Amino acid sequence: MIQVQNLTRFYGRTPAIQEVSFEVEKGEILGFLGPNAAGKTTTMRILTCYLPATSGSAKVAGFDVFNQSMEVRKRIGYLPEQPPVYMDMTVKSYLNFVAKIKGMDSRDRKNRVNDVMEKTAIVDVQDSVIRKLSKGYKQRVGLAQALVHNPDVLVLDEPTVGLDPNQIKEVRGLIKSLAGNHTIILSTHILTEVELTCERAVIIDHGKVIAQDTIANMTQRKRGASRLVLQVDGPTSQVRDKLAGVHGVKKVNTDGAMHYDIECDSGRDARRELAQAVVQNGWGLLELRAKDFTLEEVFLNLTKEDGGAKS
Amino acid sequence: MRNLLAILERELKSYFLSPVAYVVLGFFLVATGLFYYNIINWFDRMSMQSMMMAQQYRQMPQPINVNMMAIRPLFHNIAIIGLFLVPGITMRLFAEEKRQGTMELLATSPLSNWQITLGKFAAALVFYLVMLLATGVFVGLLFFFGNPEVMPILTGYLGLLLVGGCFISLGLLFSAFTENQIIAFVGAFAVNLAILSLGWLANFVGPNLAAFFSSLSPIEHFDDFAKGIVDTKHLIYYISFMFGAIFLTYVTVESGRWRGAR
Repeated sequence: MIQVQNLTRFYGRTPAIQEVSFEVEKGEILGFLGPNAAGKTTTMRILTCYLPATSGSAKVAGFDVFNQSMEVRKRIGYLPEQPPVYMDMTVKSYLNFVAKIKGMDSRDRKNRVNDVMEKTAIVDVQDSVIRKLSKGYKQRVGLAQALVHNPDVLVLDEPTVGLDPNQIKEVRGLIKSLAGNHTIILSTHILTEVELTCERAVIIDHGKVIAQDTIANMTQRKRGASRLVLQVDGPTSQVRDKLAGVHGVKKVNTDGAMHYDIECDSGRDARRELAQAVVQNGWGLLELRAKDFTLEEVFLNLTKEDGGAKS
Repeated sequence: MRNLLAILERELKSYFLSPVAYVVLGFFLVATGLFYYNIINWFDRMSMQSMMMAQQYRQMPQPINVNMMAIRPLFHNIAIIGLFLVPGITMRLFAEEKRQGTMELLATSPLSNWQITLGKFAAALVFYLVMLLATGVFVGLLFFFGNPEVMPILTGYLGLLLVGGCFISLGLLFSAFTENQIIAFVGAFAVNLAILSLGWLANFVGPNLAAFFSSLSPIEHFDDFAKGIVDTKHLIYYISFMFGAIFLTYVTVESGRWRGAR
């Protein structure tokens, strides 16, 4: 559905993205993961025909984003980071306007606008002025706007940013329910978001794709260097030696107080043995948990493991 | 065309939803009303004088031409007031879209930059037309108390629309330069003023240059319309002025996209 090949974009002399290539199959949700200023928005803007690329090519639904821009635009729904809403319009009239400029017939328009309002749960605010809506509602109006012309492809730039946890859950659920009928690219800097909603992810950093794989494979890599955090009440050096002796433990770091940071062998859960070791020695086990990997750590792992190579 | 109309319709709606339109319209009517009052006052005195003179010399009083003595100066004032107020209509057209991020919506919809630019120009022109129609009250009152000629009034309004169109196209251009409405307003205002002063400059230079300078100013070209003359030379001037500014606006919008500005 989407083919991106060697896409490069310079702002003046600074490259925003370099040689970005990936593909998205029909009906798939692709997570586009990266820290801020990694080039996510630039890539999305090129895909949605907002920006031309410096070099490389991108095709959406078989149409080139540069040469057949109008065809692409008809088939794509885009939610930028800041929802592109007119503050002084009501929700309904805004969606009507969007449907109109997306080239929808007046016959289909009314039904379709009602449909997307139902889908995004904004029916009860349809006559409110957008300025007065909360951030969450504005985001949903933004989503409705991207959906209104029933596009084949949806491009969502950080759709959950600035929402409260309940709203995040709702929006994620909504996005998941859209897969199949729509091909979706979703950008985010939150790892769990990708795990929860996407089947596949592209990780981008400093304008370059550093990994692209299915989520299953990525989490495997994550497990490859699992880490645990312990808080033990006991004599520091003894505790450290004892913990280091547990089977499967590679390395123990401590801050000298009661905190221990443990790196384990890949694919081995050493928690049971660790707990046993502590309790047998009569020390107090105050905390034991697996440490979540932050996005940066995944980056580090990825770049360390295979020197920035793609899958 | 349908896309252009969609843009036009939305812009017009948002004019009448925002306070700016009412402030501009209100201020415009107060200002034109004041000038109208002054002109009629003066016209009154002139008529009175003419009556007194006639009595003194025992002659028929000289009729005073309403078109020439009242409507023409009124139209001139409207044109000048438009110069100050039109940037207020145009400042938000592109600047607000960029600030709100809605430019991204327009630019990723199947619309051409021409449709966007022309739609916005047309919306501002329609709003300006509403302003002009409101001044019809003043002219209408003159029909009630006198008998002005209709045709010069119509050509006068045509001229006003063309002058306004020039100011609007310039304002549109400045709105496309920035995402700050104040900058768009001040920029357009300053350039309008500079263009106006080209006409004044004509008074201080030699006769050859004077013709050149005065032919640059939209206000000078308006004179014939107010008199009831529709000269193709002026029409061409106005149309090329507007086309030039709209074309530059189009180029600005297009190049903003290439540079990656918002």
